[in-house]
Amino acid sequence: MRPGRPLFVARTGYRRRRVMDAARVLPILGAFLFFLPLLWAGDSKTGMGVIYLFAVWAGLILAAFGLSRFLRHDLDGPDPPRDEDAG
Amino acid sequence: MLTFNLLVVVCLLYVALLFGVAFAAEKRAEQGRLGWLRSPLVYTLSLSIYCTAWTFYGAVGYAARSGLEFVTIYLGPTLVMVGWWWVVRRLVRIGRSQRITSIADLISSRYGKSSLLGVIVTLMAVVASTPYIALQLQSVTLSFAVFASDLPEGRAVPDLNSTALWVAAGLALFTILFGTRNLDANERHHGVVTAIALEAVVKLFALLAVGIFVVWGVAAGPSDILSRIEVSPIADWQLNGGRWATLIFLSAAAFLCLPRMFQVLVVENSDERHVATASWAFPFYLLLMSLFVVPIAVVGLSELPAGANPDLFVLTVPLLFDREGLAMLSFLGGFSSATSMVIVAAIALSTMVSNHIVMPIWLSARSGGASMSGDVRNLVLQSRRASIAAVLGLGYFYYRFSGGGAALAAIGLISFTGVAQILPALLGGIFWRGAARAGAVLGLITGFVVWGYTMFLPSFGESFVMSAAMLAEGPWGIGWLRPQALFGVEGLDPLVHAVFWSMSLNVIVFVLGSLASFPGPLERLQSAQFVNVYDHSASARGWSGGAAEAEDLLVMAQRIIGAEEAQSLFQAEAKAQDKYGYLPDTTPDFIRRLERELAGSVGAATAHAMMGQIVGGASVSVQDLMAVADETAQMLEYSSQLEAKSSELTRTARQLREANEKLTELSVQKDAFLSQISHELRTPMTSIRAFSEILMESGDISQEELTRYSSIIHDEAIRLTRLLDDLLDLSVLENGQVSLNLQKSNLHDVLNRAIAATSSMPAERTLAIKRDAAGENVPLITDSDRLRQVFINLIANARKYCDAESPELRIEVRRQSRGVHVDFIDNGSGIPMKSQNLIFEKFSRLTDQAAAGGAGLGLAICREIMTKLGGQVAYLPGQGGAAFRVTLPLTQSRAEAAE
Repeated sequence: MRPGRPLFVARTGYRRRRVMDAARVLPILGAFLFFLPLLWAGDSKTGMGVIYLFAVWAGLILAAFGLSRFLRHDLDGPDPPRDEDAG
Repeated sequence: MLTFNLLVVVCLLYVALLFGVAFAAEKRAEQGRLGWLRSPLVYTLSLSIYCTAWTFYGAVGYAARSGLEFVTIYLGPTLVMVGWWWVVRRLVRIGRSQRITSIADLISSRYGKSSLLGVIVTLMAVVASTPYIALQLQSVTLSFAVFASDLPEGRAVPDLNSTALWVAAGLALFTILFGTRNLDANERHHGVVTAIALEAVVKLFALLAVGIFVVWGVAAGPSDILSRIEVSPIADWQLNGGRWATLIFLSAAAFLCLPRMFQVLVVENSDERHVATASWAFPFYLLLMSLFVVPIAVVGLSELPAGANPDLFVLTVPLLFDREGLAMLSFLGGFSSATSMVIVAAIALSTMVSNHIVMPIWLSARSGGASMSGDVRNLVLQSRRASIAAVLGLGYFYYRFSGGGAALAAIGLISFTGVAQILPALLGGIFWRGAARAGAVLGLITGFVVWGYTMFLPSFGESFVMSAAMLAEGPWGIGWLRPQALFGVEGLDPLVHAVFWSMSLNVIVFVLGSLASFPGPLERLQSAQFVNVYDHSASARGWSGGAAEAEDLLVMAQRIIGAEEAQSLFQAEAKAQDKYGYLPDTTPDFIRRLERELAGSVGAATAHAMMGQIVGGASVSVQDLMAVADETAQMLEYSSQLEAKSSELTRTARQLREANEKLTELSVQKDAFLSQISHELRTPMTSIRAFSEILMESGDISQEELTRYSSIIHDEAIRLTRLLDDLLDLSVLENGQVSLNLQKSNLHDVLNRAIAATSSMPAERTLAIKRDAAGENVPLITDSDRLRQVFINLIANARKYCDAESPELRIEVRRQSRGVHVDFIDNGSGIPMKSQNLIFEKFSRLTDQAAAGGAGLGLAICREIMTKLGGQVAYLPGQGGAAFRVTLPLTQSRAEAAE
């Protein structure tokens, strides 16, 4: 905890921070799911593998889409005109 | 029928279209109508240069050879983009706040604007990109060959090598035309970006078209494809865990570290919110690109003859079914993939080469050159153009020497592993304050050497650099140095082996080097700026003082960013400083801003070196470092200052409130005083008026009555006079206007005279006074008349109020170290506790007025007199009766004596 940051925040602020947490967790979840085929035992399951991987992939894309809607507000806008960044 | 000539014409038309689009976009940007040129869609599509010809042709070939493994190349970037909140967002923010021009610039700038690191990363990037560019040339050449091979008239493609040469030359021309139009590498290349966005659409459209044709044209829909997969050779593929994990990691690392990806991801980014859109849109693009890879591979394997090159299925499958239009579209898609990648890679690499290799050499070759006149811009632009040509030339030579035979995917992975060596220094630099230059240099070199030894050099084939014997038995027969089985680690896939050793040795050396070294001030300043990029919105000062002449700076700036822009920059700064003309004061702030402006053109290290030549002196002081690093501490200090101020305000407010209460109280007292005075004056006046009216109106009054009435009037008049005298006395005393008549006297004498004065007063009872003659012999320097007045008052009070049967007053005198106590103690019932505080107030009377016969000002006057005499009078409780203690100073101070 850095000094100066409030210990508790209001409901909207709390929600926004959890969305950021979700954005941080999402790639970890994705990596977990993508590495899962390593544990598949036995014969080749290419056909099933194709369906599984693409389904996980699409799920990640949808989740990222949902999160990006919320997170856009926390980002810097377009480039300021030159010189304005001085300061 | 498709002819080779038609193919060339279509290609040229397509290139002309790209030229037109790029040209129109540049025009539009020049007019300031950016609009959709800066949309998240264009940004996302520009990221698609990740999908090169390797993807377009190679993915199908990869799937045909290794089944589902091809998808790992897209899963890595998907994870990076989905996890944009971690790394990409940070990179983009840093890139914008530091005006980063390339990945070499980022690394060099982070580690203290080090020229050495700039050179190392640039060289690594050039070497690692060379196979990749060769890969693009190879795939375009191969695709030409497909169309040429079954030409009926037997007119063979001129020569594969010369085709590659022509393609390379054409790409160099396009890149030079649109990639080096403006010098400021930090400024967006709108033309190029728009052109590659168009190419992204073309290649996606082409691949989807082929895929749809395969699934619904050749096969009978998705379920048919699935059943075909199960019976195809791909179904026999076994997942290799090591390769699977390594490839996902490798593609993620390469996505961040490839110079061309860094260029579109960070340098060309103009809005952070575009990253949010790309976080899902780019993975979606990748998904679409790989959706039909397996179906095309399966159909190709089953329909085409056994010897067919699977890398070309995207072309050969449509041709097999005589879909020439589709084949042409597919060809254009592959062509787009190759050209867009080569163009951006060449721009990124040429920027790095000119900023980190050519400029430093030029600067050191001409000492003091920075302040000389002449246009540096021309030099920079020329070096960039030469670099573009050189980069493409290197790619061409690699293509020639590697024999052009290896599978596309294998070549691509060599590049990936090479650039992934930058990853530890990159991530360490943006997340770890302690990452230091020594560690970065050593780690990069270690990783690069291991990569070259285990992967890059063996890729040339067994005869070119490394002999077959060396590969099999190690150099000079040293077994544990075998390039593909380092330290006796055998049985690993060569790729996994190379990635494992290069990355782990890289990271170990990087961390150890960082832990062991001590960075200089500038490097620590930069590390704080990079790692805490979200906290430090304002950039730190990089220069402390120095004796720079504004004119020298202007001369240099004009040569780098152009006369017009430099002058307007200087003019704006001068205006901000309330000065006229073009020469502002060279404040550290201005120098820092100018350096950043220059860094946008020639990179941080070069800009820093050039500023150093002119400004001279230390570039950063320890004070600056502390100021930046402890910004938080400053905030804390500021807030504690605020807190102190606010508590001071609270204190002042309380004082004001108290003062206000006192004033209100005083006002109440004043009102009470006035009403008391009126009352006191009115009572005698009433009786005087009444008796004088009787005397006036009734004619026959007896002499006796006359005497009685007039004596009443007389008494009341005396009482009034006394009251007024007392009031006058009190007001004189209170206002400090009294003048004391100090003289030598003796306490005994003063008491004697006071008692004599009171004994003449009429009284109902006699008051016995007990004295202590010996103790009373105290010499005094005081106003004896005033002191006597106090004593008279106290004795008279005892005479008046003492309610004992035989009243008695003791006068006790006691010498103390600080003064003389004179106690007047009677044997009456005393004064009740609650009234003890009131008796010294004006008009306070405990008994009724008649008994008192005074206005109640006596004790108030006593108190004032004693205060003036430097002593005090107080009620002394607990003496059996009413007791008053007069405290006299032993000797009057000289100051008061002189008064």
